[in-house]
Amino acid sequence: MADPAPLTAADGEAVPAVRRHLPLALIIGGVLVGLVVGVALLSYIWTPHDPARINVRSRLVPPGTPGFPLGADRLGRDMLTQIIVGARTSLYVSIVATLVALVVGTAIGLATAAASGARQSVMSRAVDVGVAIPGILIALVIATALEPGNTASIIAIVIWFIPIAARVTIGPARQILALDYVEAAYAYGRSRTYVLFRHVLPNISPILIVQASIMFASGILAEAALSFLGIGAQPPTASWGRLLKEAQPMIDVAPGLMVFPGAAIMVAVLGFNILGDGLRAWLDPRQLTQAGH
Amino acid sequence: MTALVEVGGLHFRYGSSRRGTGQDWTLADISLALPARGTLGIVGESGSGKSTLIRLMCGLLRPDRGALSFDGRPVTDWLATDRRAFLARNQIVFQNPRRSLDPRMTVARALAEPVRSLESRQPTDAELAASLARVGLQAEVLGRYPHQLSGGQLQRVAIARALSVRPAVLYADEPTSALDVSVQAQVLNLLMDLREDLGLALVMVTHNLAVVARLTEHVIVLHRGRVVEAGPTHRVLGSPENPYTAALVAAAADVSLARAGWDEAEERR
Repeated sequence: MADPAPLTAADGEAVPAVRRHLPLALIIGGVLVGLVVGVALLSYIWTPHDPARINVRSRLVPPGTPGFPLGADRLGRDMLTQIIVGARTSLYVSIVATLVALVVGTAIGLATAAASGARQSVMSRAVDVGVAIPGILIALVIATALEPGNTASIIAIVIWFIPIAARVTIGPARQILALDYVEAAYAYGRSRTYVLFRHVLPNISPILIVQASIMFASGILAEAALSFLGIGAQPPTASWGRLLKEAQPMIDVAPGLMVFPGAAIMVAVLGFNILGDGLRAWLDPRQLTQAGH
Repeated sequence: MTALVEVGGLHFRYGSSRRGTGQDWTLADISLALPARGTLGIVGESGSGKSTLIRLMCGLLRPDRGALSFDGRPVTDWLATDRRAFLARNQIVFQNPRRSLDPRMTVARALAEPVRSLESRQPTDAELAASLARVGLQAEVLGRYPHQLSGGQLQRVAIARALSVRPAVLYADEPTSALDVSVQAQVLNLLMDLREDLGLALVMVTHNLAVVARLTEHVIVLHRGRVVEAGPTHRVLGSPENPYTAALVAAAADVSLARAGWDEAEERR
């Protein structure tokens, strides 16, 4: 027998050290996203005012009015309350849509990556076509064809995101499938399905996590756009997009009605995007896979 | 003595569904025989079809034409009816251990995989530890991930993984060429010891003729997908009959002997 090799790098090779520090973007993104999520959760327990309560006496009061820090809309509803409750809609729609699209899109992407020859080309082109069609256009067509509401928004955004999720999956999945540990798995009798779920999926998960955070951001923007156009959230559901829509005719009288929901959308979108950047740096696949020389 | 693995008139090409003229075979008319406990070296330049050949022999690829049998039965027959038994008896070790072990699986999980897959059971901790001891690693390695181990240690793990289902033939595809020079000899010695102790047949693909000279009794030389010379290693490398083999031997001798860091190489210097 050979002499037992000591655990240290006695082979004369350096054992790669794994160093990790938390990227600044991850912290900033995490704080912004945490703020939005925290506010949405808070709305279930407490809001400054009853979000649905109409009050003639507080009609269009300016920001800074006692009891109405961000002012009130034309029906006298508190803007701060509307924004707090609106966070729920934004997060609900974008998170549900992203998760559904990610599951379906990843499955399509894995199936495409694992398909052979001509079939793979056809599936891959089909995904490319899906990505090439402007997403907001698809979403508009779908949302108008359905009963307006959050469900319509979710379905529209899901269909918009599926090709994107599939596209993001295909390349990295093909790379993993070409590695020797996949061939080794076939050599000890594992099936293609097992390989996809047990080897490919865990190894592309950093990419999917980053993609998810970017999709959350796009989803929030898309939900706001659909609600702004009147095919998303319907009254009395509070939504940042709908707040913008209602503020539009009064932009001269009460610009705050437009500024504050806009700022809320900006914070949420920025937060998820920065979080995505931070995750990308933190989960850098090169650092995780050490895929060779 | 009957051969454990027999190959006769084997042809293979990638993407064989395409109907070409039939001239572009990756491997053409390959014949060889490997006895139980035998050793075979497959040498040739890059692209000569060496790696493809052992992938056919261990069931990862299907031949397009010709005969390929294991233990007296056609391999296609094995794969159709006794797939798991065939795979357990024919295992492979790859070139780059950083690519042949999943970075997301601990050593324990990676080692357990063949047994879980081919025997449908979870090996005991004692079995896993014994498996590691056989390749000269301690049980502490079990909880580690591939990035926490060196290349030589990883190749030992990969060898232990292949041996965990008690194969009759171990195929090795350039098992040392991705390793540091100082580690190559250790891994080769390990393979020789294991072959001896476990009674394995060993099929080794390499472009390193010194490795073949040291480890294998027989050798076949591939050139552009065809066998240009075959026979006992000392004869083929000592007095090559084919001009391609002669060129290969002449070009490789000094460099590869020196790279392997052996005594002969020391003397030559």
